[in-house]
Amino acid sequence: MVKKYRILLGAVLLAAVILTLSSCGQDKRVVLNVYNWGDYIDEEVIDLFEKTYNIRVNYDTFSTNEDMYVKIKSGGADYDVLFPSDYTIERMIKEDMLHKLDLSNIPNYKYIADRFKNLDYDPANEYSVPYMWGTVGILYNRTMVEEPVTSWRILWDEKYSKQILMLDSQRDSIGVALKMLGYDMNTRNLDELEAAKQALIQQKPLVLAYVGDDVKDKMIAGEAALAVVWSGDAVYMKWENPDLEYALPEEGSNLWFDAMVIPKTSKKKAEAELFINFMCEPEIAFKNADYIGYSSPHTEVVKMLDPDLVADKAAYPDDEDLVNYDIFKDLGDYLRIYDRIWTEVKSH
Amino acid sequence: MKKNWLSYPYLVWVLLFIFLPLLLVLFYSVTTRTEDGIRFTFEHFQRFMEPIYLRVLLRSVKLALISTVICLLLGYPMAMILAGNGFKRKQIMVFLFVVPMWMNFLLRTYAWMTLLERKGLLNTFLSWLGLAPLNLLYTEEAVVLGMVYNFLPFMVLPIYSVLSKIDKSLIEAAEDLGADGVTVFRKVIFPLSLPGVLSGITMVFMPAVTTFVISRLLGGGQFTLIGNLIEQQFLLVGDWNFGSAISMVMMLVILLSIGVMSKYEKENEGSGLF
Repeated sequence: MVKKYRILLGAVLLAAVILTLSSCGQDKRVVLNVYNWGDYIDEEVIDLFEKTYNIRVNYDTFSTNEDMYVKIKSGGADYDVLFPSDYTIERMIKEDMLHKLDLSNIPNYKYIADRFKNLDYDPANEYSVPYMWGTVGILYNRTMVEEPVTSWRILWDEKYSKQILMLDSQRDSIGVALKMLGYDMNTRNLDELEAAKQALIQQKPLVLAYVGDDVKDKMIAGEAALAVVWSGDAVYMKWENPDLEYALPEEGSNLWFDAMVIPKTSKKKAEAELFINFMCEPEIAFKNADYIGYSSPHTEVVKMLDPDLVADKAAYPDDEDLVNYDIFKDLGDYLRIYDRIWTEVKSH
Repeated sequence: MKKNWLSYPYLVWVLLFIFLPLLLVLFYSVTTRTEDGIRFTFEHFQRFMEPIYLRVLLRSVKLALISTVICLLLGYPMAMILAGNGFKRKQIMVFLFVVPMWMNFLLRTYAWMTLLERKGLLNTFLSWLGLAPLNLLYTEEAVVLGMVYNFLPFMVLPIYSVLSKIDKSLIEAAEDLGADGVTVFRKVIFPLSLPGVLSGITMVFMPAVTTFVISRLLGGGQFTLIGNLIEQQFLLVGDWNFGSAISMVMMLVILLSIGVMSKYEKENEGSGLF
């Protein structure tokens, strides 16, 4: 008798599993897997895309380039559109991980300003379509920091002990230390890297935390006085808390570009190109830029945005403002050394 | 004993999801990828022996031990109260103890962040009292607090279940023979509850020594524990070999601590979790 019940139970469970699996097939729409940074899109845009093209978007987020790269490289993830930064795109191109784009399928590419074309990471514009760009700088709370913020050195000032937030991102944090010491952010000089490591270890007791996207909540709430942030986040935080101000350090910093690419693993290149093109529709690109606050490379968007924002050098600096700004390059084998430095700093 | 066909699925399960992955981790930990294929090496273990990583191991063990001791000190009396006769609403108390565990672990840890922040609830209260705000979040203490909070039920419940099963006549006999309360506890109740204490210790120590979420959220990425180190190697750096080697070392540490405990347990003729 008992055995009969067991078999019955087993059959019920099996049926349940089969039903669950088969119900996944109910939705007949094509599924596009999009992998983007956290807080980096107006989610309404996804709905609009789904409605316009009858394609279902499976939207996922990552928090650092390295995070995303490892996931794609290990082959476990099946994504169709990615939003990596310059140096990661360069690396992925080198390792033959990206599809060449057919720009005739992305007519809206014409809206991208010339300034953002033919950049080093993708010299012939074959693989990527720029999405957002910006700088790395210091966000500070004027009620807590009275002196003018002009240099990275303020992040090593003991006066602000336990009031400093650093980015939990190896290229950015090591880059800040390198720039503070007057070196290039792409250095392969081991002595310079060692000096940067020592500087970061020396800074560690002053740091309140190494954070990712939570830097926004913390700075808006006034939990810390100084933070290393990406310019677009700075714009958003300034909207939310007028006490905050963004400064570009005199030593120079990092100039970055995030762009849309299609990994080789994708089997839906046509749909992915459709998505990229949709993201470059003036209305859509404006929605995104307006929502997340990052600087858009889109000529039409710049015309539509609040003129005050476009005039703000923090958000839209000119090339003349960006002397000594390094664009991250792929480090090749030297990446291991950066990895190791970051592991050592974090473990110290 | 007759072989039951029902045991085969478990065998397949064990093979597929426990044995094979373990073998894979072992394989990764003793190999390295070079241009001309895969090479056998111990360099990852050697690398782990560097002071910087040993310090991380030491910190993990230290924080986990502190949390375990605090859990024991808090949990034992709690379990006694729950198991005691004087307490009428016992079931409700046990229930209340378990209810927070229905909530997602991450959510509970995030909640502590808003409590401990500089402008959080606790500091707001302090400043209302006219006291200076404290730096609570992103400290080692916050990490320990997170561990104790999250793992305390794992200490209380096994001790409670052992205590509530102790034969009351033994206690009565001890009392009849003239033992006072302290002696009864020292000579009868505590030795009998040891199996529960030991499984409680293992159940708190193991998750505490391997956690990476608590130390990241409440430690602000400053207190790298062994769990964070492993996570970093897999998710950020992509060095699966080193990550696997650290995992192997970790398993060894846990195995050793369990070994010590079970030896101790056998000497006391208890029967606990292992």
